[in-house]
Amino acid sequence: MTHLSDDDLVLLHYGEGAGSEAEGHLAGCVECAERLKALGRMLALASLPEGPERGEDYGSRVWERLRPQLGLAEPRPKVVPIRRRLWPRAVSVAALVAALVLAFLLGRRFPDQPQPLSAEVRERLLLVAVGEHLERSQMVLVELVNAPVDEAMNVKAQRAQADELVSANRLYRQTAARAGEPALTAVLEELERVLAEVAAGPDALSPGDLAELQRRIESRGLLFRVRVIGSQVREREKNLLPRAVSSS
Amino acid sequence: MDDATAVAQARAGDSEAFRLLVERHSRALFKLAYRMTGNEHDAEDVVQEAFLKAYRSLDRFEERSQVGSWLYRIAANCAFDVLRRRQRRDGRLESLDGEDSPEPQAEAPGPDRLALGGDVRRHLDLALERMSPRERAAFVLRHFEGRSVKEIEVALGMDTTAVKQSVCRAVRKAREVLLPLTGAV
Repeated sequence: MTHLSDDDLVLLHYGEGAGSEAEGHLAGCVECAERLKALGRMLALASLPEGPERGEDYGSRVWERLRPQLGLAEPRPKVVPIRRRLWPRAVSVAALVAALVLAFLLGRRFPDQPQPLSAEVRERLLLVAVGEHLERSQMVLVELVNAPVDEAMNVKAQRAQADELVSANRLYRQTAARAGEPALTAVLEELERVLAEVAAGPDALSPGDLAELQRRIESRGLLFRVRVIGSQVREREKNLLPRAVSSS
Repeated sequence: MDDATAVAQARAGDSEAFRLLVERHSRALFKLAYRMTGNEHDAEDVVQEAFLKAYRSLDRFEERSQVGSWLYRIAANCAFDVLRRRQRRDGRLESLDGEDSPEPQAEAPGPDRLALGGDVRRHLDLALERMSPRERAAFVLRHFEGRSVKEIEVALGMDTTAVKQSVCRAVRKAREVLLPLTGAV
């Protein structure tokens, strides 16, 4: 007599139809019936705890993190492709960067000159701009990291975005270094390398090149670090709000 | 507002409707993602990526489908991607297909050590680590989540035979590790 295979028993255990022949055999074979019971006992041991709990407000927190990635800073009347929403923002953010960095540096270089904005307000504006920059950079990284590696990828849009972001990134990095922000400087340095690499690369990546780029991003934990530093920047920005408003 | 209405309104550009879906389904997706990845940070990323993908594919949502199932499938697929990326990063297995995968290089404790030293969770963690991404994803969905082979096919983009083989190979690996706790199986 040919007994049931282990795989047949697994499929029978899960009720996934090992076939009528297997089911017929099981009905008349004590040995296979015992093996099936033993398999059930073994699999009954395989249980996982619930895992870390997430509170009632978890969905709201997910939404708060998600919204900037969707380009939904404010409710919009119509869904349009994300990139089309991003380009106007890219231009305004780049202009803001230049103005902010200039204001920041002028404030340091000529401290006795009358300043239109207080240091707190300047710092907050800078944090807002850096936060925006990190979110947009994060989106580019997410698109690259999540692309399937079994086919070539057209990265023309990501390349153009990286090209735009890399100049702003350089200014932020220099400003962060001057302001004595080592953690932010380090993340911006890493980010700049990857953005520069993407910006200088071709419009289409082969599966091998894409996999290699993903490996480099992941091996540095860059996406995670950008997220962490981005949330820290947002937190600081929030904490600064009451002081900035009262001192402006 | 029910899920189907929320999807319809989100499609029309109402971001508040999409927000409702995120708030309603995030916890369930996190549970699934944590079970599949076994890592809190990865699970957080999976939830975020799943909603990002869902938002981008709102137009492809079929109205006769359940929104919860649709999001579940997207999240399972994102978690599967995380497992595959982790595999690439670790460089421990050369192929995504468990059948072609070499045995893991990490030295596993022998049955005696396991039976004497560890708890069931530790044994199970070891078994899950030994599984290829396909095996782990299919096993978690079948065994822990109670999903049918058909549902797993859709979620992971695999055919029936591949899902069944993955589940069977995963159980074999689980058995090798859990065997000392149960006596002869």
